[in-house]
Amino acid sequence: MAAMTREETEALIQEVLEVYPEKAKLDRAKHLAVNDQSLEKANKCITSNRKSLPGVMTIRGCAYAGSKGVVWGPIKDMIHISHGPVGCGQYSRAGRRNYYVGTTGVNTFGTMNFTSDFQEKDIVFGGDKKLAKLIDEIEVLFPLNKGISIQSECPIGLIGDDIEAVAKVKKKEHGKTIVPVRCEGFRGVSQSLGHHIANDAIRDWVLENRDGDDSFPTTPYDVAVIGDYNIGGDAWSSRTLLEEMGLRVVAQWSGDGTIAEIEKTPKVKLNLIHCYRSMNYIARHMEEKYSIPWIEYNFFGPTKIAESLRRIASHFDETIQAGAERVIERYKIEYEAVIAKYKPRLQGKRVMLYVGGLRPRHVIGAYEDLGMEVVGTGYEFAHNDDYDRTIKEMGNATLLYDDVTGYEFEEFVKKVQPDLVGSGIKEKYIFQKMGVPFRQMHSWDYSGPYHGYDGFAIFAKDMDMTINNPCWKNFKAPWKTEAASDAVKAVA
Amino acid sequence: MPSVMLRKREDGKLLFYVAKKDLEETIESMEFDTPDKWGGEVVLGDGSRYYFEPTSPPPKIPTTLQAKRL
Repeated sequence: MAAMTREETEALIQEVLEVYPEKAKLDRAKHLAVNDQSLEKANKCITSNRKSLPGVMTIRGCAYAGSKGVVWGPIKDMIHISHGPVGCGQYSRAGRRNYYVGTTGVNTFGTMNFTSDFQEKDIVFGGDKKLAKLIDEIEVLFPLNKGISIQSECPIGLIGDDIEAVAKVKKKEHGKTIVPVRCEGFRGVSQSLGHHIANDAIRDWVLENRDGDDSFPTTPYDVAVIGDYNIGGDAWSSRTLLEEMGLRVVAQWSGDGTIAEIEKTPKVKLNLIHCYRSMNYIARHMEEKYSIPWIEYNFFGPTKIAESLRRIASHFDETIQAGAERVIERYKIEYEAVIAKYKPRLQGKRVMLYVGGLRPRHVIGAYEDLGMEVVGTGYEFAHNDDYDRTIKEMGNATLLYDDVTGYEFEEFVKKVQPDLVGSGIKEKYIFQKMGVPFRQMHSWDYSGPYHGYDGFAIFAKDMDMTINNPCWKNFKAPWKTEAASDAVKAVA
Repeated sequence: MPSVMLRKREDGKLLFYVAKKDLEETIESMEFDTPDKWGGEVVLGDGSRYYFEPTSPPPKIPTTLQAKRL
């Protein structure tokens, strides 16, 4: 199918909106838009970060998911208590594939589930005593933990437990960082507020722990990687590039990260933000309090990597700038071979994306490096500033959909007929059953890493493996294909 | 009275950021912007207007200040 014109895309949106009742139609219309590169600000064309309509199948998560699952969860040497009923912690346990090194259960706790397992009596009489007991038990069973965070689930806010008081008492008693996080799931419209609350908790309870302590030797080339959750090893394949160009990565936030790294971050010279949506808050705070500048970067696909490496280097002296060029040169043969191998197989294929907070725009460059085209993109929980950044990345007259509903997404895919859909696990099987190749882009479909030059090779291989898989040709029964002989058709 | 975070963009323009409102806009003009008086009425990129209590000397940017919506 050829690229759609602006009128066709607008007509498609109208057609999809047709089934909604009048009020819902008005609301959803604000969240669907045709991209127009000439616009400076996204709020002229799309509304975002609003409450989802009751009754539609939204794909969003909750504030607890944003705090425990995204920001705090990957900090490996802390124990994150899912405070409340058992389900929230259990069903989000280890699903995000934040890789780390360490011995689980001894000095790292990333894939374990700690919960206070609320029962009726805890709701009626309050759960603070149980929380205090739980923290004491953790100290006995897992003495090598470096801190504890208390991730509130909905009931904590509803019954009004004072987890801050428990945290303060236990902090004094055990001499460890204990962080109460007020990330009850009902707060806000999506996981985005959970990110913000988690950032604020880090700011208030952890970040200033080493203020005034200069015992950590610094260099002029210290940086922190912020907003890289090491999904499938992403942060590692990014970190090697930064180290090769001569920088020293002091902290990883928060994939494979430790609380010590977080405490040392105020000593760095530059903060590098990968996931802008989930960690810009802390970067802005550090800029204000510690005068650490921050920049956004993008390590998907060789074009964007080279651009980002040069931008990062421009904040340092000539040795780093030369280092950046050296790194780009060194990997040139590798990534050119990847492009030479996969581009002919993927050229001209069309992709629709619907992911979380940075990939809908960050991976566009990687697809373009492979000769593919992104024809539709959307975010679960983006804000206006994310769409500001997306408009320039996307082609004219492509589809933008904010907080898309299950129905809308299916209809868009049926009409646009992309060669690949990239979204989450809930969407995966729907589209595969419709016969559309699909990649799960939240945790790389159990593959990865996709960041950096090494990751690009895996990314290209995965996309080829999915799109050119022979199974898609076998979707029609052999006797229903045009190639089937008349005799076979007659029998059938 | 929103709390406004002010920071300099790479091209030197001031950015006006209100986290709660999801508002990030450039400051297009400011009433007083001299070494001995700073603040007053500001006009943002989207045309909305805010007011900072004039201060002297100018604040060190980045910083968070209270602004009044006009």
